[in-house]
Amino acid sequence: MKKKLNKFNKFPFITWLVPVFLLVAWQLLSLWGILSDQILPAPTEVLKAGIALLKTGELIGYIGISAQRAFIGFLIGGIIGFVLGMLNGLSSIAETLFDTSLQMLRNIPHLALIPLVILWFGIEEEAKIFLVALGVLFPIYLNTFHGVKSVDKGLIEAAKVYGLSGFSLFWNVILPAAFPSILVGIRFSLGIMWVTLIVAETISANSGIGYMAMNAREFMRMDIVVLSILLYALLGKISDVFAKVIEKRCLKWHPSYQ
Amino acid sequence: MKSGSSLELQNIRKDFGGFEVLKGIDLTFKKGEFVAIVGKSGCGKSTLLRLAAGLDEPTDGKVLVDGELLNGLNRSSRTMFQDGRLFPWKKILKNVGVGLKGDWKPKAMELLEQVGLADRAYEWPSVLSGGQRQRVALARALVNEPDILLLDEPLGALDALTRIEMQRLIEELWRKRDFTALLVTHDVEEAVTLADRVILIEEGKVVMNKEINLPRPRKKDNILYSSLAGQILNRVMQVEDQVEKKAIHA
Ligand SMILES: Nc1ncnc2c1ncn2[C@@H]1O[C@H](COP(=O)(O)OP(=O)(O)OP(=O)(O)O)[C@@H](O)[C@H]1O
Ligand SMILES: [Mg+2]
Repeated sequence: MKKKLNKFNKFPFITWLVPVFLLVAWQLLSLWGILSDQILPAPTEVLKAGIALLKTGELIGYIGISAQRAFIGFLIGGIIGFVLGMLNGLSSIAETLFDTSLQMLRNIPHLALIPLVILWFGIEEEAKIFLVALGVLFPIYLNTFHGVKSVDKGLIEAAKVYGLSGFSLFWNVILPAAFPSILVGIRFSLGIMWVTLIVAETISANSGIGYMAMNAREFMRMDIVVLSILLYALLGKISDVFAKVIEKRCLKWHPSYQ
Repeated sequence: MKSGSSLELQNIRKDFGGFEVLKGIDLTFKKGEFVAIVGKSGCGKSTLLRLAAGLDEPTDGKVLVDGELLNGLNRSSRTMFQDGRLFPWKKILKNVGVGLKGDWKPKAMELLEQVGLADRAYEWPSVLSGGQRQRVALARALVNEPDILLLDEPLGALDALTRIEMQRLIEELWRKRDFTALLVTHDVEEAVTLADRVILIEEGKVVMNKEINLPRPRKKDNILYSSLAGQILNRVMQVEDQVEKKAIHA
């Protein structure tokens, strides 16, 4: 399976064949008037809108603020999830204390908290960051916890025989053993991160890509609305590529990455 | 061979939830001695080794290391496990050097050379064959220069030819480095090939403690060798016959 895919790696343009085809078809349909620009403006129109917004500096500002929210929220939620996962995975006291509560909280869809969050924070930055952090926390918690729990007991025993304990045991054995599972959590939560941000910014914000889209809707600027959607897709793709690079670098030892 | 005892088990008993696995074991291992422990599956060989390593505590009795009561891990011993237990995320050299402090690389490299794997130092363990992994595990156990090497069926998973090769390697390193070796094995011939003394454990007790006074390296076509191996094997099987008879009569 992997071998077959590798054969096509010699022609990287092949992966872009379908998107390019769709783009050309979209442009032609708009040109011929089959696709009304009330429904979907032509790609060239979207591009023009993008360039115009780039010139005023608005676009960069909005992308920057959205990326910043995503990053800060991810960092906070990720760290809390990671620490809780490690703690509950390593200490049975912590597990009995916290795990049930966390499992209960996990079942509340974090987006259901939006009304509450707006009441707490208004439409300030904290609201968006809070929601992103909350959404990211659980997948990372669960996968870290699971990763630590399923570390081979034999390896831990061997590590102790060879003089590892405390932090060196954690760093040399538990963390690398749990890492594949933690990475699954990270990739999963990157998806959640963007979805949460889109929803939060669309509902309540005065800056960011979601705000740009909602604002454009009021003025019937379809081109900017479509631009926003494409930007989210692009940012999502970039973060996925980023996660893949980390995976490749950190899991070189893993037989399924060789 | 040095003098004095390096490890002493005094009236060791071990229970697992009311189930008595070891029922009073008294053994003394001299410094530099090579002792093989044989016995049927489930008789408590691994349990005994874990007690000697300090990975487990006896329910009753004492473990003495160099005359001192063992408390916690036995730091003068290293264990080599049946499944190698290499860390898959560490390159081979780092696996050998795990837990070493200071300038560990030359030492680890030297050991890898001795087990014939110096050229694989910077590869991942997953690319090695089973026999090569066990050689790395052996290098890792010996790089710490332990006084006692505990081997729990280290060759169990290897094919016959690789086994013989590994037995030679273990014997060679043992003669060079002069540590006390405790080898748990299913294979009576392996025990007779390597050990100064073969101990048979049955139903939680030591039922045989036999010196093997054959010159090394031992050859399988030697008459004394085969008669000794035969004797021990008969002793192991005899009891199985009795158990079978009992089972038939019951
Ligand atoms: N942690 C444990 N908890 C409960 N029972 C155990 C435990 N460890 C071992 N036992 C029991 O003790 C007995 C002896 O086990 P042990 O692993 O020492 O046997 P062994 O002689 O090494 O067998 P083998 O040759 O198959 O490796 C077995 O019946 C096993 O089920
Ligand atoms: Mg065993």
